[in-house]
Amino acid sequence: MIEGILVDGLIFAVMALGVFITFRVLNFPDLTVDGSFATGAAVAAMSITNGLGIFPGMLLAFASGAAAGTITAVIHNRLKVPNLLAGILTMTMLYSINIRILGGRANIALLRVDTIISKVIQIGGSIPREWTLLIFMIIFTGIVKILLDVFFHTDMGITLGAMGDNEQMVVSQGVNPKAMKVIGVSLSNGLVALSGAMLAQYQGFADANLGVGIVVQGLAAVMLGEFLFRSNKIGMLTIQVIFGAILYKALMFFGRYYGYYINLTPSDLKLLTGVLVIVSLVVAKTRKNIGSRKRGIQ
Amino acid sequence: MINITKITKTFNPGTVNENTAIRNLSLTVQEGDFITIVGSNGAGKTTLLNLISGSILPSSGTMYILGNDVTRTPEYKRAAYIGRIFQDPTLGTSGKLSLEHNMNICSRKGFKGLKISLDAKKRQLFREELIALEMGLENRLKDNVGLLSGGQRQALTLLMTVLSRPELLLLDEHTAALDPRNAEIVLSLTQRFVDEGNLTSMMVTHNMKHAIEYGNRLLMMDRGDIILDVSGDEKKNLTVEKLVKKFHEIKQTEYTSDEALLTT
Ligand SMILES: Nc1ncnc2c1ncn2[C@@H]1O[C@H](COP(=O)(O)OP(=O)(O)OP(=O)(O)O)[C@@H](O)[C@H]1O
Ligand SMILES: [Mg+2]
Repeated sequence: MIEGILVDGLIFAVMALGVFITFRVLNFPDLTVDGSFATGAAVAAMSITNGLGIFPGMLLAFASGAAAGTITAVIHNRLKVPNLLAGILTMTMLYSINIRILGGRANIALLRVDTIISKVIQIGGSIPREWTLLIFMIIFTGIVKILLDVFFHTDMGITLGAMGDNEQMVVSQGVNPKAMKVIGVSLSNGLVALSGAMLAQYQGFADANLGVGIVVQGLAAVMLGEFLFRSNKIGMLTIQVIFGAILYKALMFFGRYYGYYINLTPSDLKLLTGVLVIVSLVVAKTRKNIGSRKRGIQ
Repeated sequence: MINITKITKTFNPGTVNENTAIRNLSLTVQEGDFITIVGSNGAGKTTLLNLISGSILPSSGTMYILGNDVTRTPEYKRAAYIGRIFQDPTLGTSGKLSLEHNMNICSRKGFKGLKISLDAKKRQLFREELIALEMGLENRLKDNVGLLSGGQRQALTLLMTVLSRPELLLLDEHTAALDPRNAEIVLSLTQRFVDEGNLTSMMVTHNMKHAIEYGNRLLMMDRGDIILDVSGDEKKNLTVEKLVKKFHEIKQTEYTSDEALLTT
């Protein structure tokens, strides 16, 4: 059970890292995620079933997510529409595109084909399936995390860090803020799609509805993580997101399995997620108020 | 250095909120000039600096900087040779990032690639540069800038701006949000950096004393135009009283000529 939650959480964490980049680093609340998650799943599933191979399929999934993110950023930059609207537009269009990718179907099963999951289990040999997967996901999400940390130490990554906080400063340093938004939003959606690609293989199917409501879940994970500890180091912030994602999955697990005592059904989980985000917002706000009162501000 | 010809900026043209903030203004700035700009609220000082930096584009007129026509050039491109400091100390730095990351962003103008350039050598350089501020910031490289006081933050912004080697420095009431002591510190740092780098500078201030004390040329703005331009010895011999008197003289002639127009 605990391995299952951890694996779920680690797959989910890659998506949450994407949400963290847009919502927290760039301050660009991006709803493309609800579409690009399924895009990643669909692209990976079709690539694998059509014999393109597992790794090329996952790379392609990442690239398709990045392309979706680029479209959102360009709509926002060029047409000067609010970022929320730009994201909703792309997300809506992606729903049709995802079904096209799936060959006109709403879902596709990944039975009797090799996936990254079946390969890993093969390599694991006599180790129990769940434990093999857990070790694999720790490595996989760990690598994503480390690559992200390295990126945020490059000159470009540091500048991206300033974007969400102070766009004027970035402009004043001769950097085109529009280019930075394209880079950030596409990287974010690339990760989201990669997470979708992983989930499709883990659960054995891709579905056009896979990502519905996922951006709020990712946000819930990010916010839960922020309650764990405080830091200004990027390595710590990405750890927070990963822990938050696992914590979120654990909460949802308990909601699903023990919720019936209080008459909770699986369809109530979205409501629960929304409430979780609202409670997190309230707690964060109260904390902030107390903090500023202590410092004599306000 | 800068050649502004008959520039006009009208906000919200064709609406009830139409407002001409800069009216047919022409100005030539020589290389090495340190210009102070005074004028009452709404005179158009900030708008003029916004036009020069490119954060807004003019309705008509032309602007040349360093011999290039930049009338329509976007802000981020002009930023390659313009350093700008605002009244609000939070605008020049990112409070969410550490001191060293802030300094790293400003250590070189232009697009940032995938290089990891922040290393021990660079940190040492930053430390040495921070010593010049005499605020103990050299020991706080890893602290978030959000933890600094307004004065410290503005001094840091000034340092970072100068380190990015601009050709032109635009200062918009950059000490107005600071207490008198910190304002003096930041102002004397400004003077020092301007002298050391022989920077062409334009400084907006509401403090007449500072406007007279600093720089080699003084502009007074009113209702979107320059109404007084003094430099050289005349500027050196200026006093607050003389300046105020001049202002009233100009306003007076304006009123009388207006009256003359009305009566004829
Ligand atoms: N973005 C804008 N949209 C509409 N009107 C504006 C805008 N920016 C400035 N203005 C108007 O232009 C005029 C000049 O404003 P500006 O900010 O340049 O004055 P200022 O000389 O800097 O004044 P202060 O001393 O108060 O800073 C004012 O009437 C102001 O309301
Ligand atoms: Mg102003």
